[in-house]
Amino acid sequence: MADDPSDRVSEAAISLKGVVKRYGEITAVDGLDLEVPVGVCFGLLGPNGAGKSTTMRMLTAQALSDEGEIAVLGYTLPGESKQARMEMGVVPQLDNLDVELTCRQILTIFARLYRVGGGERKAAVERALKLANLEPRADTIVRELSGGMRRRLLVARGLIHQPRLVLLDEPTVGLDPQVRQELWSLIDGLRVSGVTVLMSTHYIEEAERLADTVAVMSHGKIIAQGTPAELVRAHAGEQVLEVYGTPERLAEVSELAGSNGWSSRRSGPAVAIMRAEELDGQAPEGVRRPANLEDAFVALTGEQIE
Amino acid sequence: MSAQAQKITSDARARGVHRLEPVAIRAIMSKDIVMFGRYWKATTFSSVMQPTIYLLAFGLGFGTLVKTIGHVKTIEYIGTGTVATAVLFSSAFPGMFNTFVRWQFQRTYDAMLAAPVDVEELITAEVLWIAIRAGVYGLAPLLVAMAFGLEPNVGMLLVPLIGFVTGFGFAAFGVAIAAVAKTIDNFNYVTSAVLTPMFLVAGTFFPVSALPVGVRTVAQVNPLYHCVQLVRDASLGNLGTADLGHAAVLIAFALLMWRLAISQLGKRLID
Repeated sequence: MADDPSDRVSEAAISLKGVVKRYGEITAVDGLDLEVPVGVCFGLLGPNGAGKSTTMRMLTAQALSDEGEIAVLGYTLPGESKQARMEMGVVPQLDNLDVELTCRQILTIFARLYRVGGGERKAAVERALKLANLEPRADTIVRELSGGMRRRLLVARGLIHQPRLVLLDEPTVGLDPQVRQELWSLIDGLRVSGVTVLMSTHYIEEAERLADTVAVMSHGKIIAQGTPAELVRAHAGEQVLEVYGTPERLAEVSELAGSNGWSSRRSGPAVAIMRAEELDGQAPEGVRRPANLEDAFVALTGEQIE
Repeated sequence: MSAQAQKITSDARARGVHRLEPVAIRAIMSKDIVMFGRYWKATTFSSVMQPTIYLLAFGLGFGTLVKTIGHVKTIEYIGTGTVATAVLFSSAFPGMFNTFVRWQFQRTYDAMLAAPVDVEELITAEVLWIAIRAGVYGLAPLLVAMAFGLEPNVGMLLVPLIGFVTGFGFAAFGVAIAAVAKTIDNFNYVTSAVLTPMFLVAGTFFPVSALPVGVRTVAQVNPLYHCVQLVRDASLGNLGTADLGHAAVLIAFALLMWRLAISQLGKRLID
């Protein structure tokens, strides 16, 4: 819970204050304030182009902020970013594996990069292979792996040194549902074992299932934050009324909602009216369903999500 | 700051995080070595074939007409000159192509920079590895030339070192070019406008003194010219004080290109 003091007892794993990042004319991150407490799975939810990936890159000092302060695991960036990188793992959105190497070779190289000592390296590689369920493919070159296996290898690579903090940038983008489920259990396992996870995603379901706290990002800043349930209650209420009908009818309902000050949106073939529990007798005919995070997200960002 | 955060900080301090950490450089080079295990046959084949072709063409063809070039037997002249071309090609090309492919296409540099590795370490390790390879492959022409009658000389033991320093400079030059190239096709401009004239105007196959004065002056600032002179003097047992100057130019070139590669690629790897 965002405002519950019990969540603020521990030192923040990640803290950003007033962070701004510009690329020429474009301001990708625009005064971002974000605090990720130790031990939670934190979801950064936002449409494409909201500034999530730029934020992730700033946390490894691969992008440098123009303004503001960034601290990761108690280290001030960018000066102490190398120390921070030693203790965190990163799973990138884009596949950046060396396609000519085998899983084992890649993991061994990254164990070295993460300063895993010679004596422990072999065990670390075996553990990572097991975690990612890649043992039978340990000596297969990346080029011959499926998309799902490659993604699991990326996760294994980021976890080779048993980091206390893991950054996952759109971990399941472009994967089929079964592979997505596998990765979700892997991420959930991390959270259970006490690792702090910061995950960016534009999949509502992913944030809803995995994240303890969700921050909604839009146009480079956080516009709302809380548990998924809190966000739904605060921005979409308890119930949503979906009104179906001809295009004319839908336009009429939209207008009615507008004139009564109801928050509404087009949802496929229907108009969805938020906070249906507060509508009393004026409500048009329709189907009531519990509000979900998508309703809250759309109400917040004004953007449709496919 | 909490006790936990303080502990983290002191752990990192104890671990001694600083610039150009040998452990990071070794880790990156371990990757180059693993990759080399996959393609060493092709690389070795081309680095032996190339001088062989030059020696056959120049040595047997040209050599039947010309017995000596600038007081040196043709086989000695061409054999030592080819060392420099071998070093140039085995350093400038990997510098350009490997960097561009790994950075732009495979994005493996991005992956490594998310780990505790700095741009400076990454580039230093890559250039160091290419330089070591270039030093070793620089020996191939000498071995081939020996088969054609070049006499072994103790000074030849310096050739891998000269090849290493020269290769370091040209590998870093290649990295800097890759950093500013818009596409991989842009390397064609560098190859035809810079590298080809450079390896011809270096005293590799004919003496620079045979060239017009203007070109001769240009040769003086060509690092490859200094590499050729140094290799030739060392291999033929003619080392003298002038060679200190050649060595100084090569070392200065290597250091300059190293810093240039780091600043140019660094600007593009970190946004």
